[in-house]
Amino acid sequence: MKRDPILTARGLVKRYGRVTALDNCDFDLYPGEILAVIGDNGAGKSSLIKAISGAVQADEGEIRLEGRPVSFRSPLEAQDAGISTVYQTLALSPALSIVDNMFVGRELRKPGPLGTWLRMLDKPAMRAFAREKLNDLGLMTIQDIDQAVETLSGGQRQGVAVARAAAFGSKVIIMDEPTAALGVKESRQVLNLILDLKAKGLPIILISHNMPHVFEVADRVHVHRLGKRLCTIDPKKHTMSDAVAYMTGAKQPDDVNEAA
Amino acid sequence: MTDMTQTAPPRGQSFEHDLEKSDRTVAAFERTKRGPLGTIQHGLHGNPTLVPVIVLGLSIAAFGLIAGGKFFSAFNLTLIMQQVSIIGILAAAQSLIILTAGIDLSVAAIMVLMSVIAGNLAVYMGVPAPVALLVAFAGGTGAGLMNGFLVTKVKLPPFITTLGTWSIFYALNLWLSGAQSIRSQDIDKAAPLLKFFGNTIAIGNARVTYGSILMIVVFLALWFLLNKTAWGRHVYAVGDDKEAAELAGIRTDRTLLSVYGLAGLVCAIAAWASIGRVGSISPQAYYEANLHSITAVVIGGISLFGGRGSILGALFGALIVGVFQSGLRLADVDVLWQVFAIGWLIIIAVAIDQWIRKVSA
Repeated sequence: MKRDPILTARGLVKRYGRVTALDNCDFDLYPGEILAVIGDNGAGKSSLIKAISGAVQADEGEIRLEGRPVSFRSPLEAQDAGISTVYQTLALSPALSIVDNMFVGRELRKPGPLGTWLRMLDKPAMRAFAREKLNDLGLMTIQDIDQAVETLSGGQRQGVAVARAAAFGSKVIIMDEPTAALGVKESRQVLNLILDLKAKGLPIILISHNMPHVFEVADRVHVHRLGKRLCTIDPKKHTMSDAVAYMTGAKQPDDVNEAA
Repeated sequence: MTDMTQTAPPRGQSFEHDLEKSDRTVAAFERTKRGPLGTIQHGLHGNPTLVPVIVLGLSIAAFGLIAGGKFFSAFNLTLIMQQVSIIGILAAAQSLIILTAGIDLSVAAIMVLMSVIAGNLAVYMGVPAPVALLVAFAGGTGAGLMNGFLVTKVKLPPFITTLGTWSIFYALNLWLSGAQSIRSQDIDKAAPLLKFFGNTIAIGNARVTYGSILMIVVFLALWFLLNKTAWGRHVYAVGDDKEAAELAGIRTDRTLLSVYGLAGLVCAIAAWASIGRVGSISPQAYYEANLHSITAVVIGGISLFGGRGSILGALFGALIVGVFQSGLRLADVDVLWQVFAIGWLIIIAVAIDQWIRKVSA
């Protein structure tokens, strides 16, 4: 297959003091795919994701989105460029409402002088938009969109965080350990949500330790080891034990880029 | 779910296939039956300002019964407003900081320092009063920004930062004033504008000072900012969970800095009002007012852990303190019992806050 990747990284280096978290790391994401990123603890998965999502800045290397070089100084800049991240902690403000959380940093203002001079928020428009986006994701049973996020269950919160990530013209969605804190049923709901996003054509980067989940939904698996990409494998041609063996160094891959 | 998921073959591991038969809604919001106490808890969780409103209503009713007509007179009720106006405005500034999960021990010190600066400039140095006030407003904002800088850039805890700047501003104030008050008649002669907020509107027995009106205007303006603008939502988000707010794309340091700067400006406005309230400018006045402002905020149901509560609660908190003081005084109760009662109010208010925060769906 000869497609152009939507998001690439070449030669990323990130050092924290004497620790090299990213060591000349490469990365490719193709349109419409689910790419899982797996790796042992400390392999540098988080640093890679943070560099792509704008949470940290790489010391060296280049990131390209749709072929254009980009550099993000903050998560907000990455979001504006179309890279949204659903963090493991979800990054929701528990005491704020579902609407407020969805619009944090991107609030809509009332038209006319009320918005321009008094900077008043357009709450009805924000409510309508939030409800529409939650509907799109099949989260339509939310009755009270003004209820505080802390009164929701874990799966519901995840749903709000995903809706926020997918709502604002995203080109890429990064999901960091989305099922780590959830039970069997809620995990299933979130995995279905991920597949639904993919069906809408959104490429997804999925970071997970859960091999069954990874092998079920991923199109390709990026194995991260010692601060760089060791290989990308096709989950249909490898077993979970292969993947674990690669990421722990128990086995060397024959072909480093078979699935690309 | 979209159509695609309904037509697709069962996904997932074999152990999950039974899930196909289970409830497929991703986020259903069930209404479970709650007991009356749970209903109250939920109601208060949605509207944390209800507590101080109820307490204020009950205490006005109770003192009306105890102290009778003396308490309920229009004169006394407007006097309470007048008495709490300075602490009230400081409590508005304090609320801003506490909503960000901080605390500001320096609010009263900023206020007194700015009243001394405005007084020195206008009374002794012949600077026109409006200019002197503008300098004080700029100075208050600057003092607040200094707190904000130490909290966001030097990364000191707000408690330590403002404990330090409290002493610094207090010492500067003693130095600039030579520990001398500026007398009322000197202000009248040189710059009567400084005492503007001491003017009153008399309606029958009611004596509404401009300072009381200013307090209410300050609260309404800040309420608007906090509830109707994106900036206000960001203040709540930062106070609720700073890291989450940062990841969600808020420039948290910038938000915090603006909060501290605005709080400093509000303190400078309180300085202007305090000159009208006291009549003279005393460097020794309001030494404990920072603690009283925290009292008003806490009784007003604003959480010390940040991100929860309405700024109007602090207005009601300040009024509750005023009502207790006035009512107990009119009932001829020794002043020490006023202090005693306020102490219990603080403890009960925080206990209620903790209980409300435990709410779950």
